[in-house]
Amino acid sequence: MGDNNSQNNEVWITGVGLLSSLGEGPQTHWDALQSGKPANVDAERFAPYPVHALTEPDWSQQISRRDMRQMEPWQQIGTYAAGLALDDAGAKKDESLCGRMDMIVAAGGGERDMEVDAAVMKEGRSSNNTDALLAERLSNDLRPTLFLAQLSNLLAGNISIVHKVTGSSRTFMGEEGAGISAIQTAHARIASGQSDIVLVGGAYNAERSDMLLFFALGGYLQESKHADIWNRNGTILGSVGAFLVMESRAHAEARGAKPYAKLSGIAAEHGRRDNATTNKRLDRAFAKLSASGSTAILSGASGCADITKTEQDFLSTNLADAPVRAFGNIMGHSIETHFPLGVALAALSLKQGALYKPMASNEVESDTTPENILVTTLGHNRAEGMALIEPVSK
Amino acid sequence: MSTSPQKDFKGRSIVVVTGVGVVSSLGKGKQDNWTALTNGKSGIHRIERFETDGLKTSVAGTVDFMELDQQSAPSLTYALADSAAEEAVQESGLPMGEFPGPLFLASPPVEMEWQHRFALDKEAGDSPLEGYDRLIDMARTQKHKDMYELLQFGRTADRLSDKFGTTGLPISLSTACASGTTAVQLGVEAIRRGDTETALCVGTDGSVTMESLVRFSLLSALTTQNEHPEKAAKPFSKDRDGFVMAEGAGALVLESLESAQARGANILAVVRGCGEKADHFHRTRSSPDGSPVITAVQNALSDANIDHSEISYINAHGTSTPENDRMEYNSLKTVFGDSIHQTPISSNKSMIGHTLTAAGAIEAVFSVLTLQHGRIPPTINYDTPDPDIPLDVVPHTARDVQVNNILSNSFGFGGQNACLVFGREFA
Repeated sequence: MGDNNSQNNEVWITGVGLLSSLGEGPQTHWDALQSGKPANVDAERFAPYPVHALTEPDWSQQISRRDMRQMEPWQQIGTYAAGLALDDAGAKKDESLCGRMDMIVAAGGGERDMEVDAAVMKEGRSSNNTDALLAERLSNDLRPTLFLAQLSNLLAGNISIVHKVTGSSRTFMGEEGAGISAIQTAHARIASGQSDIVLVGGAYNAERSDMLLFFALGGYLQESKHADIWNRNGTILGSVGAFLVMESRAHAEARGAKPYAKLSGIAAEHGRRDNATTNKRLDRAFAKLSASGSTAILSGASGCADITKTEQDFLSTNLADAPVRAFGNIMGHSIETHFPLGVALAALSLKQGALYKPMASNEVESDTTPENILVTTLGHNRAEGMALIEPVSK
Repeated sequence: MSTSPQKDFKGRSIVVVTGVGVVSSLGKGKQDNWTALTNGKSGIHRIERFETDGLKTSVAGTVDFMELDQQSAPSLTYALADSAAEEAVQESGLPMGEFPGPLFLASPPVEMEWQHRFALDKEAGDSPLEGYDRLIDMARTQKHKDMYELLQFGRTADRLSDKFGTTGLPISLSTACASGTTAVQLGVEAIRRGDTETALCVGTDGSVTMESLVRFSLLSALTTQNEHPEKAAKPFSKDRDGFVMAEGAGALVLESLESAQARGANILAVVRGCGEKADHFHRTRSSPDGSPVITAVQNALSDANIDHSEISYINAHGTSTPENDRMEYNSLKTVFGDSIHQTPISSNKSMIGHTLTAAGAIEAVFSVLTLQHGRIPPTINYDTPDPDIPLDVVPHTARDVQVNNILSNSFGFGGQNACLVFGREFA
């Protein structure tokens, strides 16, 4: 393993692991997206906020019952999806390969114990010493291992334990930007020769009141029911686990791994959100990727009105003829996981040689096989990412 | 391979340190920290931030002297990072507000705090709702956007990036108690790839709260020796019984040697190598055979292209937990052989406690200062040596000796192991 910066390896996507409201695995996702069925949205459980709720898998396919008990749902979703990606890449249970595989995970924090919190808050209303109350209740009522199910880097930790991926382990945080940086860093490491093979992705559990509270504070959530993503005033969160196995062309060929596609380029931006400066950054990101020919767009639009409108204008200015699919419309917005999800869906679409059925207002039927796919994720509040995915040339 | 003197043995850009900054319970800035650290002074004290009645642990290395816009973990975490980064950038001579490279920030996970929950809950008044439904009802009034701003994971990096003018999308990261080391490692890798000539690497942690203390306490990770706070952290001692939570920040300006020389910058140290290896044994415990730690150390040495015999001092992870210190010794012994018993090794944590997310970055800063001054900070509170860990821990008092290469270790929950090698020389 060298890291001579003169190298410029092709970065192949050789494994895709998906778990979401649509089910599990690449084929199931493709079939669901092609079926034209409406999004799987639960509008009741967390009313007034609809969520794209997870279709639960047979967890035992990837995670032992003993390990399941050590995790909260967000870790289970991620560990499961990571296992699917490793399976798909033909890397699962290959101890020597997983033992030198690098890992980059995009993560937030884990679920709280809602019952303990509710009980403490209730007692707090009549308490004149909340420190004493907290000392007593937290010391006695918190499960000791809950902390480990909450720490951001313990999704990666669980993937190491369950799937034995131990070359390196890094966790990036920071909402959508975390997923963008994760893909960007994985790409840079492989292209430069610092890594041969990387497991990269994230997991998001939308079905938790503590998470909905956070986005409700910011006023970012769509209320009452699902609506067309390009014409609404808030986001609908979705439970998603999305992992990719990415490796250098040489490494993939040497072990006979088949590529979905290659990740040709990525651009990550950050700065103040006002129309002029945001547009400048989007122009710069797009210019960096030099997409040409018949491009299709997989947009990670969140549905938050201002930035979704900015993206729509940008796309119609720069790629007026390119067919668009906003995957959050059907799978929900998955924050840290959203950009890896977009890259995974692009890889899947190129393998199928098509875009899935149009589902939202400005999405049109397209018979053309895309020559490349532009994936976008403009964070609900900050961070912008774009990636260009292309078929592998023989 | 290139033979240019600005490239290392693999033809990669040589990475140097041109600025460092630090805050800990010992004080603000390099000067105060270094003086206290080399005088064997402890920053550990009784916790005053919240009442500790009924808690098993009542001591910590909190930082209570920063000016904050509000009392909260994210606010303190930002203030600490800001102070350390400002000192580092100032020393580097790079333009303040227009830093010409990316930001790599090791920062603690962010959570709503009890003060926020209690405030929203109270505001709900006679509402029949309970628990989070009650809080969400208050969130929907849209009067609390400030809380949303405060509690975003990306917020600390965002503010730092705005202030220092770093380029691109900043990276916030966590590898638990190895985070600060990972931040440095990411900077080194970016410069070696040629993505950038400079990087601002920061580790920060201001997250000592009642709940975070209780969480570590429930895992039996903390000392319960509360009687003499300054004596609670005793790495490598027989009677060590857990770590002391602490706060602080460390910041390093990394730069390619080529860039540093071209602008005539003062070069403080060379980052010669980085190594890491994840462990799949357990969520909090290391593999009994120590193999991941051993591999991480070996990877760092080989990345630096040096033999263990060239390491003149080890800046230990040295948390003062029974397991860590034993495991760290056993693993080092495997790599160094018997020469480990003659290699000076000390734990900064004996004085500043365990600064968690910040630890690797703070210890990197102290490693740079150790190289610069030729003075090794001691391990204090080493009154009852552990006979099973026969190391030269530089007990009680600092030692003046020329230091050429330093190995700095960091290990964390979730199987995180990362090591850095700092040196005085380029080659």
